[in-house]
Amino acid sequence: MRTSILAAGLSCIAFAAHAQTPVLTVYAGDYFTSEWGPGPAIESGFEAFCGCDLQFSTGDLLPRLMLEGARTQADVVIGLSTDVLARAREAGLFAPHGQDLAALTLPVDWPDDTFVPFNWGHTAFIYDTTRMAEPPATLDAMRSLPDDVTVVIQDPRTSISGLALVLWVKAVYGDQAGAFWADLAPHILTVTKDWSESYGLFTSGEADMVLSYTTSPAYHIMAEEDLTKQAAIFPEGHYFMAETVGKIAATDQPELADMFMAWVLTPEFQKVIPAANWSLPAALPQADWPAGWSDLPLPEKVLFLTETQAEALRVEAVEEWRAALSQ
Amino acid sequence: MARRAVAVIAISVAAFVAALVLLPLAAVLWRAGVWPALAPGDGQALWFTLWQALVSASLSCLLAVPVARALARRRFFGRGALITLMGAPFLLPTIVAVMGLIAVFGRSGLVNQGLGAIGLAPLSVYGAQGVILAHVFLNLPLAVRMILQGWQTIPAERFRLAGSLGFAPAQVARHLEWPMLRSVVPGAFAVIFVICLTSFAVALTLGGGPRATTVELAIYQAVRFDFDLGRAAMLAGVQFALCALVAVLIWRAVSTPGFGAGLGRAPVLQVRGLWHGLADALAIGGAALFVLVPLAAIGLRGVPGLAELPDAVWQGAARSVVVALASTALTVPAALVLALRVARGGRGAGLMDAVALLPLASSGLVLGTGLFLMVQPFAAPSTLALPVTVAVNVALSLPFVYRLLLPEARVLLSDYGRLSASLGLRGLAWLRLVALPRLARPLGFGAGLSAALSMGDLGVIALFASDQTATLPLVVQRLMSAYRIETAAGAALILVGLSFGLFWAFDAWGRRYAAV
Repeated sequence: MRTSILAAGLSCIAFAAHAQTPVLTVYAGDYFTSEWGPGPAIESGFEAFCGCDLQFSTGDLLPRLMLEGARTQADVVIGLSTDVLARAREAGLFAPHGQDLAALTLPVDWPDDTFVPFNWGHTAFIYDTTRMAEPPATLDAMRSLPDDVTVVIQDPRTSISGLALVLWVKAVYGDQAGAFWADLAPHILTVTKDWSESYGLFTSGEADMVLSYTTSPAYHIMAEEDLTKQAAIFPEGHYFMAETVGKIAATDQPELADMFMAWVLTPEFQKVIPAANWSLPAALPQADWPAGWSDLPLPEKVLFLTETQAEALRVEAVEEWRAALSQ
Repeated sequence: MARRAVAVIAISVAAFVAALVLLPLAAVLWRAGVWPALAPGDGQALWFTLWQALVSASLSCLLAVPVARALARRRFFGRGALITLMGAPFLLPTIVAVMGLIAVFGRSGLVNQGLGAIGLAPLSVYGAQGVILAHVFLNLPLAVRMILQGWQTIPAERFRLAGSLGFAPAQVARHLEWPMLRSVVPGAFAVIFVICLTSFAVALTLGGGPRATTVELAIYQAVRFDFDLGRAAMLAGVQFALCALVAVLIWRAVSTPGFGAGLGRAPVLQVRGLWHGLADALAIGGAALFVLVPLAAIGLRGVPGLAELPDAVWQGAARSVVVALASTALTVPAALVLALRVARGGRGAGLMDAVALLPLASSGLVLGTGLFLMVQPFAAPSTLALPVTVAVNVALSLPFVYRLLLPEARVLLSDYGRLSASLGLRGLAWLRLVALPRLARPLGFGAGLSAALSMGDLGVIALFASDQTATLPLVVQRLMSAYRIETAAGAALILVGLSFGLFWAFDAWGRRYAAV
């Protein structure tokens, strides 16, 4: 009895102490906060100096924000990717970031005053060297693959990487994108809803190539010491994707939110990104990348559509894809 | 008194289900404020959705009849285990099932390796044929179980009478089996048709691309990508309309066989003759291979990942089991009351029957989005993740349990209704002495299905879940997104094992206590 009173008293004190600590609510993608994602390191890193309690709230990012509208609990949103920024901006929930972006090391200009990129990568086709000795050397060579080569991709209507692929093809081929898809169609084993299903099909040997990211081999090299998974690097260029952080305009913790946004651009935050997010850090010179990352083959040419360009092409590009693959 | 209580509870259950399914749709629609027209690609999607569901459900039911008949009239070693295992495919998370099928029928799967070894051209599982194959794999066992149940409810006395009258198998089929099938198969067909109607990941992955677009995919796109809630609600409405149409057709097709009561002994169906023996062996052997080989492949895929499962898997597993048991505890009584009420007939029975099919046609995404919109003004949705999961699981598994109970509830009332009335057996005594023993088999099977299904679904919960409330399927998804494909396969095996364990426990209870 006495111990339970004591316990109750202690938990009251703990609660009171807890109540005085300001809480920064950060909305993040579903993968983000699991123990194998970047969330835990980011949380402990920020809490070490912010005098606050960082709480992640995970789930579908954009749909959830749109549903909540002005009622949202979020102070900061992390993980919106470049191809959905136009729609996120349109929702009118975000405030200007007010950060100095000089530290960015992206291969493209980033004049955005609302969203701060924290990672980046490119789409790429990944192959297995034990099954494919001579990968296609150019994107155009994907149109004349040997008969028995199969590729799995993601559906641009349900997956952000699938959408990046059709925009990639559109950026390279323009009006001829439909012809590219018609040539590739016989090799497309199947189209999956998410990236993870495609990747599972590839690693289980069902398909020879999979649409993924230039950074995918890094996982196999560093976590599994498996050197057989490689990205096919094409001279036509690879489509650039970044994930961003944005500050909610109606936040009740504006100082903390600004502090978090500034911290995203620091080396301490950026060094977490490669091995926890399997993507490239957005504000870290290549010389400072963790061991092994600098050796990763990356394309020289980067293709980037601004959100206005991407939004203008999106419907047409997806429809060309759908029409060609429905034949 | 008891009858009135049943009626009141039944109406409440039906109202709860209708509200849980229709109010979120209304909330989404209200938020969208517009009711858009169909887009150009929708006609094609609707057509593909309809015909694949029709073919999948027809094939599942047609193939299930000989398998169920063979299982009903043969006794062999491992029969009980086989019947239990037959429940497994239906309980698999779709992505796990797809991976199992690909291990067998895929490009580098067992079948194509075998064909290659004897110099034949490989078969492709990707295309409409793959979608149908997967739907039959997932649903044939369900149909077998539902139809087998039908065989077991034909009183043993009728078979004996047929035997002493010297009926040939064709005559047994005409006078006993055909009437039974007419009462059971339409319900099984309806359930499977509606499941296939809302299929999405299976259709896309095995369909080979945009040719195999279903309505559910268009809903997913509308909610997740285009944020076009009006369009999502409109498409969800189309699914409901199709489901309602099927419900009406089935309601008209079903008839109660009217065999009369028996003493409740297990029927002894003896069929002699080499050809019948061969046919039964083929049916059982074929079904067993078709179901068990992909299951074994799933097991083998998962084993390497078991070595290093993170704590999150076990926490997710514990949450999932709690959710599953809570859902089952609510679903089974609700379904029982509803089935007893509908079996009694009279005004409103047809409507309640249709309501009980409705949740199957609901789009998980629209349901989740609507619930989110409804909850959000009152509480932070993430604090309600588990209660909402339970409520949705109850609504989504009720149709199965109800559908299993209904034919037998009808038989129960027509066979024992008058006897019970003349003995003055009512209320709880009637439930304990008459209803539960006669219905134990479908109750056990239904409870097992309900528990296992509640372990699975994550489509609805994606908007609600937080780290502290992640169920096992969500953990599997997160592992896959983090390249941990081997670990994910291990966690998926745990999920399958737990689902199947729950299913087995309830099902075995039902079969043990069954009076027939």
